[in-house]
Amino acid sequence: MLARLKQMLIKEFIQVFRDKRTRFVLFGPPIIQMVIFGYAATFEIHHVPTVVLDLDHSQESRELISRFTSSPYFDVQRQLTDFRQIGDLIDRGKATVGLEINAGFAQNLRKGQTAPLQVIVDATNSNTALIASGYITQIALGFAQDYQKDRIYRISPQMVEKIPSVQLEPRPLYNPDLRSRWFFVPGIIGSLTLVLVVNLTAFAVVREREIGTLEQIMVTPIRPAEFILGKTLPFFLIGLFDVSLIATVGTLWFQVPFRGQILVLFAGAILFLLCMLGVGLLISTVSSTQQQAMVTAFFFIMPAITFSGFGFPISTMPQWLQYLTYLSPLRYFLIVLRGTYLKGVGMEILWPQMLAMAALGISLLTIAVLRFHKALD
Amino acid sequence: MSFTRFVAVAKKEVVQILRDSRSLIIVLIMPVVLVLLFGYGVNLDLKGLPVYVYDRDGSQQSQDLLKRFQASVYFNIVRVVNDYPALARALDDGDAKMGIVVPWDFSERLRDGRPAQIQALVDGTDDNTASVAIGYAQAVVQGYSSDIQRDWLRSRGQLAQFAPVSVETRTWYNEDLESSAFIIPGVLALVMSVIGAFLTSLTIAREWERGTMEQLISTPVTPLEVMLGKLVPYFTIGMFDVIVCALIAIYWFRVPFRGSFLTLVISSAMFMVVVLSLGFFVSVIAKSQLAASQIALLVAFLPAFLLSGFLYAIEQMPIVLQWITRILPARYYVSVLKKIFLKGTPTALLYADLVPLAVFTLVLALLATRAFHKRLA
Repeated sequence: MLARLKQMLIKEFIQVFRDKRTRFVLFGPPIIQMVIFGYAATFEIHHVPTVVLDLDHSQESRELISRFTSSPYFDVQRQLTDFRQIGDLIDRGKATVGLEINAGFAQNLRKGQTAPLQVIVDATNSNTALIASGYITQIALGFAQDYQKDRIYRISPQMVEKIPSVQLEPRPLYNPDLRSRWFFVPGIIGSLTLVLVVNLTAFAVVREREIGTLEQIMVTPIRPAEFILGKTLPFFLIGLFDVSLIATVGTLWFQVPFRGQILVLFAGAILFLLCMLGVGLLISTVSSTQQQAMVTAFFFIMPAITFSGFGFPISTMPQWLQYLTYLSPLRYFLIVLRGTYLKGVGMEILWPQMLAMAALGISLLTIAVLRFHKALD
Repeated sequence: MSFTRFVAVAKKEVVQILRDSRSLIIVLIMPVVLVLLFGYGVNLDLKGLPVYVYDRDGSQQSQDLLKRFQASVYFNIVRVVNDYPALARALDDGDAKMGIVVPWDFSERLRDGRPAQIQALVDGTDDNTASVAIGYAQAVVQGYSSDIQRDWLRSRGQLAQFAPVSVETRTWYNEDLESSAFIIPGVLALVMSVIGAFLTSLTIAREWERGTMEQLISTPVTPLEVMLGKLVPYFTIGMFDVIVCALIAIYWFRVPFRGSFLTLVISSAMFMVVVLSLGFFVSVIAKSQLAASQIALLVAFLPAFLLSGFLYAIEQMPIVLQWITRILPARYYVSVLKKIFLKGTPTALLYADLVPLAVFTLVLALLATRAFHKRLA
């Protein structure tokens, strides 16, 4: 049994590493994707192109605008003279935010009446619009607060000491500067491994079937179990190597902290790889050509990534979709990845994820092996 | 170039597609699935964020403030805890995404007119959710602060000193800040990259792999006829898919469609030629279907997903990456899509996107033809 398995493994490794392009495919695309993803995937917002229309020309309006000018979130590019210019610049995509202060702004403030700041936001990118609106409100209300203090101080310096106020002190944990990169890099490790291992496994088996070598192997003394093991073990090892490679590149290149234990991460990776091998095998049992395998794999990969919490929070999905996310093994692996990288938590917190992946992995592999036997008979 | 021979090759391709019923079904329903996936699965706004509360003051005032959090649709106070470790544990576990801590001297400070602070511990793992949550929390606290100041000033007969600034925001193009309206138009580009680059590169790689390409070429058909015969069926499928996607977007997800449908069709046709040409390129470079699928992922799917502005704002990327996006056709196509759907930009004003797209279409089609000729020669 071991001797036959060894022969099978030798054959597989030769097959995988023989072709220069396939060798490249194993390690090149994951690293390139990691680097591009790390740079491109960001929901952070800095220097939003902003234009200003100040029709009040008062000390107050200038003071408010200067707060936007000095904010790192906004890049005040132009002072306009006409409302139509705002519309035009936003239409052409030259500005994302237009601030408009109408005549009477300072007068209202001085009388203690509500002074409106008109804001126009290009919401084509709803996320940028949402976060930018939050920053705008903060700046405007901060201005109002200081302005009011200043006036009360002029009336009575003692009184200003007495005025109550409440401030929120936000303290982001795990990722204090709220860097998108810290969020995405651990996630990329998981999603790249998923794509690679599922594709490799599915393709490897289907290719033998398509070319007809599967029958040839089956007439040798190799048993189906040995064949499956011989097929999956190389990809398991390659997958494990790729996880380490992508993780190393991502961590060192993008300077993402790793605060947990390596062993916990590896335990998670091993369980996750089992799930992916199961999926890959399962796809191979239902596909007769590589093209079929590819489209079927794609059909698994896209939802598995979208519903894993990789880029989009699960908590904002419709409830029925949230239940579906429990079926994606990546969901659990991402919690392990982010838990070990950013939160620095260990098994005491991550064991439910491990359990879920183990359960999914064993079920997937069992179904795959059963189906595989049937497909051979 | 003979029309009959071209038709014969196209017929062969169509028969091949029709015979593989599963691939056909997948090709036809994949776009639907992708649109549904992103339409339902992606929501970057916030609602019902799980919040733990640790109220060390337990006063009327602190309860008033916390009630405002509970009343907000953005937050959902799931539990009140009595010590820090319970809060930290909930954040580690992911049960809470935010922990609000009211200090023990909160009401005392308010009474004495000293600034009171409340702490918001935010899970920063997902930086985007954290930023949005902090923005909403700031708004709640500032609203509370402003109200107690107004009451305080009124009780001292100084209401005229109250200086409220209101921010009146108008969001253009996507008035309700729907993530689906922001994301779904770009899904069209994803669908086309998959259909165009993936499928064509695979079908052609299959012909190389099996040696049927040589057989085909040994018949009187010319390379150009082979190319066109292969392209036209996939082009038709791709265009059909785009139109289906657009209809789902408009009628199911109610994404506004404000531009010209004709421009949508024309720009989609151009982009379809771009991705098909890429598919040809890939098949010329890659010998095996596995390599073809991975390289197609790298040159077609990844740029459309990451670097096109589909999801991640190009202006927020590092400058080098921004330059790179200028040589990616997907960027121009996604830009056209968003403008046609949301902004309703007239076609004449789309030249900055349409001209580069047209140039890429021509250049890539020519280069693909040459590469294919060379490979056969």
